[in-house]
Amino acid sequence: MSGVPGSGLIRGLAVTLKTMTRPAITRQYPDVRPDLPPRSRGVIALLEENCTVCMLCARECPDWCIYIDSHKEEVVVPGAARPRQRNMLDRFAIDFSLCMYCGICIEACPFDALYWTPEFEYAEYDIRELLHESDRLGQWMATVPAPPAHDPNGEPAKEETAAAKKAG
Amino acid sequence: MPAWLELLVRVLVVVVAFLTLPLVVGQAEHKVMAHMQGRLGPMYAGAFHGWAQLIADGVKFVQKEDITPRAADRAVFRLAPVISLLPYLLVLLVIPIGPHGLVAQPLDIGLFFVLAVVGIGVVAVLMTAWSSANKYALLGGLRAAAQLLGYELPFVLAAASVAMAAGTLSLSGIVNAWRPWWLLWQLPALGVFFTAGLAEIRRPPFDMPIADSELVFGYLTEYTGLRFAFFLLAEYVGIVVVAALTTVLFLGGWRGPFADAQLGWLWTLLKVFAVSFVIIWLRVAYPRLREDQLQRLCWLTLVPLALAQLLLTVGVRLAL
Repeated sequence: MSGVPGSGLIRGLAVTLKTMTRPAITRQYPDVRPDLPPRSRGVIALLEENCTVCMLCARECPDWCIYIDSHKEEVVVPGAARPRQRNMLDRFAIDFSLCMYCGICIEACPFDALYWTPEFEYAEYDIRELLHESDRLGQWMATVPAPPAHDPNGEPAKEETAAAKKAG
Repeated sequence: MPAWLELLVRVLVVVVAFLTLPLVVGQAEHKVMAHMQGRLGPMYAGAFHGWAQLIADGVKFVQKEDITPRAADRAVFRLAPVISLLPYLLVLLVIPIGPHGLVAQPLDIGLFFVLAVVGIGVVAVLMTAWSSANKYALLGGLRAAAQLLGYELPFVLAAASVAMAAGTLSLSGIVNAWRPWWLLWQLPALGVFFTAGLAEIRRPPFDMPIADSELVFGYLTEYTGLRFAFFLLAEYVGIVVVAALTTVLFLGGWRGPFADAQLGWLWTLLKVFAVSFVIIWLRVAYPRLREDQLQRLCWLTLVPLALAQLLLTVGVRLAL
């Protein structure tokens, strides 16, 4: 660098002094929880009522960490010619020791049964405990944040335009 | 007050200062260094901003196993921490913190005594280095010896300049003779004395003898537990001593903006902490000097500067 000899030394002192007057950037995590953005990929929540056992998520999962068991039940609809068949979910489990948090299952789900939540404090001492069954996955639903508001400058949703076209 | 009681009180006060001031400086170093690096530093020990961190460190050091290497020269190895700590304690005895004899032991040749006693540090370093029977310790110790012997010269020359200006070797006498315009006139000596003082206590950027990235921990490599804590304490007492000497010799000691007679001790302490802050600040801001840069700075910059300052002081003294 050019200039007066020793100016670099002074600049060094100035930098450290300036840093001292600014607040530290340290996050005091266990004492103060981090404010994560709503789309953070913490853990996957399951809304069991929405699941139709279509198996799309389990098939799309790149590392096969979703386990689904089901059986068929007959539903008698009064007035229908013959009873209908319906898939009943027996077991839905995600093994978070295998999951790579790609979110493809959530994208693939056509019935909005899977959601991201920003919760991340579910570490275990035993790796087998990371297999979350449907009751545990259902409990995460309470922590799903509200969807972000629609961008006022963005295109309207397809459903909206379709409804508007149908109406007028 | 009987003489023996007064003596006891004075010695007690020095011992208390010897044990508390380094802790304050050490804690300040933890926090100042952290904030200068955008961190928070210790936050847990003692519940409020980690005020008890150094006490926790002390407890940890006491609990650690005390290891003496098999090949070590046991007697020398065990004596060295005490030898490294003792000179600083003796220096604190003669440093005046206020007017009218507010000093543990007024000494007419105080400056001479201080410089002589600080020089003992070399012996302690060589003792640790040789008795450890470790090549890294020896390398670090020899570097430290070369550094301490080299920097002793500008240290003494800069102090001699002040002594000549004041016409006395008594530390209280130097503060009495001090005038604010000396700050300008003795500025080169202040710079030389402070820099050489930093090198004397082997603080970064002059920590080549310890250089943990290349010499493990220099001459302290083989020390553990309480003995190691002694060396750490010696380092922080060293900061206090160098800050106090700079204050007394160059910054006017107990002289403040008002009420020198009553608040003298406060001005001294404030100046000591301010200089200690600068010592910590320099550690954060500057990288370590290489061994050849270290010697070059000493012999080609500081010694000529100190000699020139000596000539200037003689000239001004003769002219006035």
